[in-house]
Amino acid sequence: MSVENGIGASVRRKEDQRFITGNGHYLDDINRVGQAYGYFLRSPHAFAKISNIDLTAAKAAPGVVDIFTGADMVADGVGGLICGWGITSKDGSPHNAPPHNSLAVDAVRHVGDQVAFVIADTLQQAKDAAELIEVDYEVLTPVTNISKALAPGAPQIHEEAPGNLCYDWELGDKAAVDAAFANAAHVSKIDLVNNRLSPNPMEPRAALGEYDAGSEELTLHTTSQNPHVARLIMSAFLGIAPENKLRVIAPDVGGGFGSKIFVYAEETTTIWAARKINRPVKWTSDRSEAFLTDAHGRDHVSHAELAMDNDGKILAFRVSTQANMGAYLSTFASAVPTYLYGTLLSGQYKIPSIYVEVQAGFTNTTAVDAYRGAGRPEATYVVERMMDTAARDLSMDPTEFRLKNFIQPDAYPYETPVIMTYDSGDYPLAMNLAKEMIDYDGFAARKAQSEANGKIRGIGTAAYIEACGIAPSAAVGSLGAGVGLWESAEVRFNPTGSVTVFTGSHSHGQGHETTFAQIIADKLGVPIESVEVVHGDTSKVPFGMGTYGSRSLAVGGSAIVKAVDKIVEKSKKIAAHLMEASVEDIEHEHGVFSVAGTDKQMTMGEIAFAAYVPHNYPADLEPGMAENAFYDPLNFTFPAGTHIAEVEIDPATGIVDIVDWAAADDFGNIINPMIVEGQVHGGVAQGIGQALLEGVVYDDDSGQLITGSYMDYCMPRADDLPSFRITTTNTPCPSNPLGVKGCGEAGAIAAPAALMNAIVNALGKDIDMPATPEKVWRAINSN
Amino acid sequence: MQMSGEELINASRAEVWDALNDPEILRQSIPGCQSVDKVSDTEFAATVKVKVGPVSAKFNGNVTLSNIDAPNGYTITGEGKGGAAGFGKGGADISLKEVDNGTLLAYDVNASVGGKMAQIGSRLIDGTAKKLAGEFFAKFNELVSAGPEKPSAEPLMAEDAPASEPSSVPEASATQEKVAPPPAPDAEKAASPDWMRPAILIPLGIVAAIILFYLAGD
Repeated sequence: MSVENGIGASVRRKEDQRFITGNGHYLDDINRVGQAYGYFLRSPHAFAKISNIDLTAAKAAPGVVDIFTGADMVADGVGGLICGWGITSKDGSPHNAPPHNSLAVDAVRHVGDQVAFVIADTLQQAKDAAELIEVDYEVLTPVTNISKALAPGAPQIHEEAPGNLCYDWELGDKAAVDAAFANAAHVSKIDLVNNRLSPNPMEPRAALGEYDAGSEELTLHTTSQNPHVARLIMSAFLGIAPENKLRVIAPDVGGGFGSKIFVYAEETTTIWAARKINRPVKWTSDRSEAFLTDAHGRDHVSHAELAMDNDGKILAFRVSTQANMGAYLSTFASAVPTYLYGTLLSGQYKIPSIYVEVQAGFTNTTAVDAYRGAGRPEATYVVERMMDTAARDLSMDPTEFRLKNFIQPDAYPYETPVIMTYDSGDYPLAMNLAKEMIDYDGFAARKAQSEANGKIRGIGTAAYIEACGIAPSAAVGSLGAGVGLWESAEVRFNPTGSVTVFTGSHSHGQGHETTFAQIIADKLGVPIESVEVVHGDTSKVPFGMGTYGSRSLAVGGSAIVKAVDKIVEKSKKIAAHLMEASVEDIEHEHGVFSVAGTDKQMTMGEIAFAAYVPHNYPADLEPGMAENAFYDPLNFTFPAGTHIAEVEIDPATGIVDIVDWAAADDFGNIINPMIVEGQVHGGVAQGIGQALLEGVVYDDDSGQLITGSYMDYCMPRADDLPSFRITTTNTPCPSNPLGVKGCGEAGAIAAPAALMNAIVNALGKDIDMPATPEKVWRAINSN
Repeated sequence: MQMSGEELINASRAEVWDALNDPEILRQSIPGCQSVDKVSDTEFAATVKVKVGPVSAKFNGNVTLSNIDAPNGYTITGEGKGGAAGFGKGGADISLKEVDNGTLLAYDVNASVGGKMAQIGSRLIDGTAKKLAGEFFAKFNELVSAGPEKPSAEPLMAEDAPASEPSSVPEASATQEKVAPPPAPDAEKAASPDWMRPAILIPLGIVAAIILFYLAGD
């Protein structure tokens, strides 16, 4: 028996009606009577000492309510922004996390660093007043490139981080790897740059801070992926207000891609200032500010080497990476190039030994943190570019080389040399499906045809793996995480049978209101129209960890299932009482409770009503029908699959035309195939953006951001993308009750490696991202 | 941003010299120039008001002269602040040479921009700087060839540039108090750098106009 709109149904997203009719509630839609407007004066310099800030003229400007500087926040006892994951260096020392004040104190360290917060009756008045602030800068020589920043003699950005080093981390058995390399028949090498990206969610960050002087409560509406984490950090580390006096609401949020996980200076300053002036304050980032201050992604420089025997079997893998942290350590920045990266370097392959070392350092650039995939795209890019290089060196077909080295479907649980335990999968199945979809065997003929037409054709594969469902709290705790990564849920029946689901996950485009409702519909037989999913308000939902790392369904969904299980358990007792049977004889399916071997049955709605109107009710049972649950995952989940890209390059222009794309992804069980397909499309689009178009560039000498608008930062558009051939393989995840693995990041993880391998295959030489027409043309026309 | 070039000025070297000494000619040649104030023999403060498209803003700048080798050449370094627009800083080597049909003015500009202008307009600065330089020299040439007594009243691209206002509006008082970098030793040796005083506005005006050009496109 299946349920309408239940698990596995491609239900249209409930939330889209309000989004596409303009009835959503984004930050810009929320305003208060008497609201003032905040504007940040930002540093135009990449690196400078501040010798003086003169606010005299600005404070006298029309409409100005007040102007705050870093000194004001320090004087008020406001703490600095924190990094929530401690990384330990090779030598046992903790990572260097220099002070990070919301408003600059004494120095600015990247273009866009906050210098002062101007609050006025109107935004224009605030901007005009900011023009009158006189800041005396002593300009210093900046460094923006991570390799240069870590080299001797580089400008010193923080006193607390000598040599600009944040940490020098390692994972794996170096001695075993070195020994394997010493005896290897073949060694392949590659040098890679993983280009820095700007996240570009459609809705820029924004904040509305309010203070109620009567109750002494602060309310912050903000564009957050994890409002409880924001509240926790603002309360415990910045001292904005105790948690019980601080309410954080993340309403409809227009995309995040990771960039809205973090606790930023602007939101923090806005809520603090609201109390200082006892008046609501609104701050909204414009797109220019977003480029300057939303945490960037990637920015790795890596060298990798692969050791193989005579048969092309992999013996060992070693990787050395430099990771750019930007000017300050963002909320989870330290974890991205370490435990979200190094732990995935085994890819889908049986590799006896692996060693990775990562030097993370500071530069005069915007902070770098998690961006769709977070560490796992970087790992996949290194592993999969490496595999193609090795196959080329061995004159083997890249897919044959991979198939030869894959972890086999009977090998689970499989423990990698980099501390992950893969729980399930079928890598050869996905690869063979992808090859079939794109007619891999017919490539040679298509290449010949392209050649006849004066074009260069290439095909490239990426067999990615990611660790999602973040994360088992004990595991991440032992690796330095400052928080647990469980999730919460409450399933609350209303007396008349409708259901409200409260989740600690946060939806900012993922479709939770639909997917989670489908779980309830399936499990409890409630029509999805009667299921309301509430998220994003610390005063409404139980403490939750939020949405990132493709965790919402695997962790948040599992918490809902746990709560549903409690509902069912209680309902059985009520049903047994009402139908005069023993609890053991009550059977439950999709919200129908029946007495085994009889035709007696009751629906969930009837039972919920009885629980709220308990006139005839078990004596030892509490009335009401609401259960909450906290779910801490037992393991990561391991979505994996193969993407194959086929390109045709015009040698006259260097333009890369993506002519075909096949993706076979193993996401475990799937609740809503249409949403999953949308996630794959979006992820691949972002991955293609990274590979072909996007790249944050700083001027080497001045440290100025020169890709600060859509004139210079190129986002993928519909006509840059092919039609995708998409399928899924579904080996259920054994560690969570839904058997789901997560799908939100897969496309962005797989796509850059697949596409770059295709381009390298076409060109016959290595090239770094983004493969712009100019770069490709130069590669074609160089020796 | 780097830009170099040569302009043939349709006048004798002495006339070009005089023109470079004539603040009124330079003020008219440079879009929106309002004032120039001497801080010391080698340091100046200037105000340039520029309107490009819908954007109008005022630029305050400090300029220092060095490597003075009158009358053959000198180096100008300067910095202009445009508030929210960001800043521009840089320098130019300028030299004058007598040729058959006039005077050859050679320039070699090295400028950088920061803040919003760098963020929004970096890609197009080179092209725009060349265009603006071309416009400046066309006007300068016209004025010098015409003689100092009949300067044009039409500003080049600053629609509301105060072409008919007095040439020395003392507007940049705050800017004047700014500490300019110490002059280079060469500059100190030059006893009378008067001749190039107004010329400092050439790169400054170009930078200011570029900034506003891109703000207008924001």
